[in-house]
Amino acid sequence: MAAAVKGSKPLLSVKGLTASAGDLEILKGIDLEVFPGEVHAIMGPNGSGKSTLANVLAGRPDYTVTGGQVLFEGQHILKLEPEIRARMGLFLAFQYPLELPGVRAWQFLKAGVDARRVHNHEEEMSAREFDQMLKAKVEQVQIDPDLVKRAVNEGFSGGEKKRNEILQMAVLEPKLALLDETDSGLDIDALRIVADGVNLLRSPENAVVLVTHYQRILDYITPNHVHVLFDGRIVRSGGPELAYELEEKGYDWIKDAVDVGV
Amino acid sequence: MTSAPAKYAHYFADFQSLIQGAGAGAPNWLKDLRDTGWSRFNETGFPTARRGNERWKYTNVGTIAKTDFRLAGGPTPANSSKALAPSYRMEGASVFDLVYIDGRYSPDLSSPAAPSNGITAASLASIASDSKFSLEGQIGRYAPPGDDGFAALNTAFLYDGAYIYVADGHSEKVLVRLSYTTTDGTSPRITHPRTMIVAGQNTDITVVESYSGPKDNVYFTNAVTEISVGAGAHVDHYRLLLEGEKAFHVGTNRVNQERDSSFSSASFALGTALARNDLEVLLDGPGAYCSLNGLYLTADNQHIDNLISIDHAQPHCTSRLNYKGILDGRSRAVFGGTVLVRRDAQKSDAEQTDKNLVLSKQAEVDSKPSLLIYADDVKCSHGATAGHIDPDTLFYLRSRGLDLDTASRMLVQAFASEIVDKVQVEPLREYLDALFNAAIPNKSLPVAEAR
Repeated sequence: MAAAVKGSKPLLSVKGLTASAGDLEILKGIDLEVFPGEVHAIMGPNGSGKSTLANVLAGRPDYTVTGGQVLFEGQHILKLEPEIRARMGLFLAFQYPLELPGVRAWQFLKAGVDARRVHNHEEEMSAREFDQMLKAKVEQVQIDPDLVKRAVNEGFSGGEKKRNEILQMAVLEPKLALLDETDSGLDIDALRIVADGVNLLRSPENAVVLVTHYQRILDYITPNHVHVLFDGRIVRSGGPELAYELEEKGYDWIKDAVDVGV
Repeated sequence: MTSAPAKYAHYFADFQSLIQGAGAGAPNWLKDLRDTGWSRFNETGFPTARRGNERWKYTNVGTIAKTDFRLAGGPTPANSSKALAPSYRMEGASVFDLVYIDGRYSPDLSSPAAPSNGITAASLASIASDSKFSLEGQIGRYAPPGDDGFAALNTAFLYDGAYIYVADGHSEKVLVRLSYTTTDGTSPRITHPRTMIVAGQNTDITVVESYSGPKDNVYFTNAVTEISVGAGAHVDHYRLLLEGEKAFHVGTNRVNQERDSSFSSASFALGTALARNDLEVLLDGPGAYCSLNGLYLTADNQHIDNLISIDHAQPHCTSRLNYKGILDGRSRAVFGGTVLVRRDAQKSDAEQTDKNLVLSKQAEVDSKPSLLIYADDVKCSHGATAGHIDPDTLFYLRSRGLDLDTASRMLVQAFASEIVDKVQVEPLREYLDALFNAAIPNKSLPVAEAR
């Protein structure tokens, strides 16, 4: 496991973040700091706001940020378009990856890679260079090479879609990857492949925020920090042991603890 | 001799000059057919959206009726019109090119089939009198002048067009490219292209029919195509509407399929003021298969009307109908799809869809798919959609770093590619891919309301 680089600046710094969908307030004040090299797991019951947090950070237009701030590498990002955040190195693995009939994976991924390179004042990749890189990534994350030849996610199984998210992550090489319940709905083999992919991409320079309902994936990806989100707030933070405590006691334990103000 | 109501006086004048001039040498059966067409046109006139006329409910052809369209006076110099024809290349042993300028065959621009080998790809005018082609009884068999006013008018002015015939058992793939081009004239021009394709048993024919003309002229193409697909034969038919922005186009297409034949069609339409694509397929032998595809892209005040009908007259036939539209500006698309499954057509398998991507707030789609099923052991489905780009999909692309315009464009291209990818002729597919990609408007697109 890559250790957090002590004394470094946070990659992501979230302070007092509140957000709503329509009239419904979902995030009620989130504080979170993620340092390079770290893996954070955000756990919580359904409806606690975990997915909203991941999506708000990525800039999904369905949510309105009502307060607080988010800094990515020291830069305020809440007013930036989602594509700018992506080009800065932020990646969201979708809970429900969309099917893009007619969009070839090659074209889609190269457009993403090139957008980021142009943003960083680099030249677009040549087709040949991109081919080689893509081939290497396909091998690295052990995805079926045929999936890359097809339209993005079209007719893919749930597991294939999730694996494809991991491939996209590998290709785009984000500094911060937000995984929105990437583990849900996966059988044990698919889960292992997804986890292997994430572990492979961990480095002292980048970080992962893993949003999950279940402790299961944490058997394969060991987090540095575990946070429990409940009713739009982080109500507990701790080490990996917190995940096991949750597994053992269930989310009712947290609900009860919050209710009595412990 | 019949006379004409005053409002069609200009057609009458042109009709007289045709039957007394260029068309005077036609065989009697053709003269009779023209007369029947003319009488029929005088009885019916142009269709109106009057109550009960479902076939023309959403398309008003008043402008066509009111405009004094005239035949082009004489032959047009070939070189002036070359640039108007589509510019994709096709090569091979059995590739034939027939080029028509203002409705007349242009020998200089064409490479017809040598009259041998069981293949005919020739100008109708040049072979109409030759009894060895036995055109009598063939022309007008599937598209009789009684079909509607447009088919009647085309028949009245039947002079030139294309006749494509491949004899039974000739299994070599034959590819014919038909280019019907209108040139600019001082007054609005009309042409009546007529195409007849006869595929003998177990033959394999690809025909690319394209229609083009000047960008800024008002003109009218009134085309009729008849296709006979023999037992076990395969016909791949492409129809390219590359008409000018002020052009009117009415295409009447009638297809007859025999046992175990297959017919694939793809209709591509760009930028015509008013276009009507009327296609009827009769599955008249067990085991016949048809796949009818279409892609249209409209802008400004353009109007396109696709009226497709498939008649499952025999058991064990399969039909696929898949049309897609991309609409911008204040344009309007009308889709009427009918699948009829007759009482004895058991084991029929039919699917039809019409999907529209709407790029502006003002564009309008009227889509009416219908199934008329009189057999009980069948598999049929239909569906129609019209909507803006899906916001969730757009966010997915943006979250990978693609800006709004690039992402929208990629999704519109992807939408179109499903139909373009069905084109089996590679140079044509590449040509169409580039053509449609260039035609996709560069602008921010409205997205559907977030859920």
